[in-house]
Amino acid sequence: MTRINMTVDGVSYSDEVEPRTLLVQYLRESLGKTGTVIGCDTSNCGACTVHLDGTSVKSCNVLAVQADGHEVTTIEGLAQNGELHPVQQAFHECHALQCGYCTPGMIMQACDVLKNNPDPSEQEIREGLEGNLCRCTGYHNIVKAVQQAAGTMSSASSASSASAASPASSQAVSS
Amino acid sequence: MIPAQFDYLAPTSVADAVAALAEHGDDAKVLAGGQSLLPILRMRLNAPGVVIDLGRIPELQGVSEDGDHLVIGAMTTYAAVLASEAVTTHAALLSKAIATVADPQIRHRGTIGGALVHADPAGDVGAPALALGAELVIAGADGSTRTVAAEDFFEDLFATAVGEGELLTQIRIPKHTGWGAHYEKFVRVSHQWSIVGVAATVRSEGGSIAEARVGLTNMGSTPLRARSVEEALVGQPATDEAVRAAVASVTDGTNPPSDLNGDADYRKHLATVLTRRAVLAAAGA
Repeated sequence: MTRINMTVDGVSYSDEVEPRTLLVQYLRESLGKTGTVIGCDTSNCGACTVHLDGTSVKSCNVLAVQADGHEVTTIEGLAQNGELHPVQQAFHECHALQCGYCTPGMIMQACDVLKNNPDPSEQEIREGLEGNLCRCTGYHNIVKAVQQAAGTMSSASSASSASAASPASSQAVSS
Repeated sequence: MIPAQFDYLAPTSVADAVAALAEHGDDAKVLAGGQSLLPILRMRLNAPGVVIDLGRIPELQGVSEDGDHLVIGAMTTYAAVLASEAVTTHAALLSKAIATVADPQIRHRGTIGGALVHADPAGDVGAPALALGAELVIAGADGSTRTVAAEDFFEDLFATAVGEGELLTQIRIPKHTGWGAHYEKFVRVSHQWSIVGVAATVRSEGGSIAEARVGLTNMGSTPLRARSVEEALVGQPATDEAVRAAVASVTDGTNPPSDLNGDADYRKHLATVLTRRAVLAAAGA
């Protein structure tokens, strides 16, 4: 057994694990974070995607011991104060799912795509989600949802940067 | 599925990692980014007693410049290589090839050194490493290091010059500043392994090809370099007709596999078409 310390969805955990424990297994079985699902178990499908230090990874393809000392965000950590993350909200509004099994991974990867490219083209969204499989063939609405979320997030961030900019600029004028 | 039980070591220096390898020998497996090893362990295709994780060795990470060479740490992730302006500027072919590897999540974890040592002939890093004349720095017991040319590195299917008790530590790539580059990969599903891939980089001079380097993915048990094509391209204009003639010999000396994705003859046909496309794109035509 190896002791690991990990921050998951903002909460610190310290546990003894077998080195062979996969990160997804640790999240689900030790921490009860069953929002992250196991799909293919062969690192193809992306259903188990989480963020490790802010970057998307397939959690069936990372050992829990490799994440020792690091920070993990799962689908359960995206909503803040009871409010859905804009990507979650967009998936809901665009009905970007059929059975919903791929949804946690799709949303986590969509967040990663938007972090690196806040205004992606349809092609860039499709390429950004190439490691996430939807077996209901629901990609059409998934792409629409990511486009909608991009719009929501960019108007939210330009609104907040506008309000942040005004005191600074008035200060610049006064000095 | 989960792996069989193993002991886990996470050394923080190359010296400690090499010492751990010496101690555990055949019973140990080296874990780089884990994007190939972990599926293998999960499917119980291999069950090492000890896994040595290189993920906590800072000296194995990052891209730097050393005169006319780029130096890439073996544990540098695909994503970090892609983000490196030095690589884009001085070894564009490597960036182009790595951009096609698997998918974003796997590129966040997978490493250039892990891919080279795993030596899957369908992997996308071997062909550009060969074409760019990379040198592989290998650490052994007692602090010794040796450097192996990419030509001598790939020995067979999943077999390289990295011997027992040794670790690949650095990839040194001669700068190809100003060379055009293209990696043409043929797959049926976006994040699949290459059915065939062609890595081409070209130095153009006055509208014609002054120098060319061509590497082939999945056209044999190792990545291959198409030297006859490289020679035939010298002095040619970057036109469809001239390049078509110059790449005709690309399948000489290849021995591609036959499998569900295509038989050997089909792969040879693909190699001819993809090489023409890759060279034309690299030459900016």
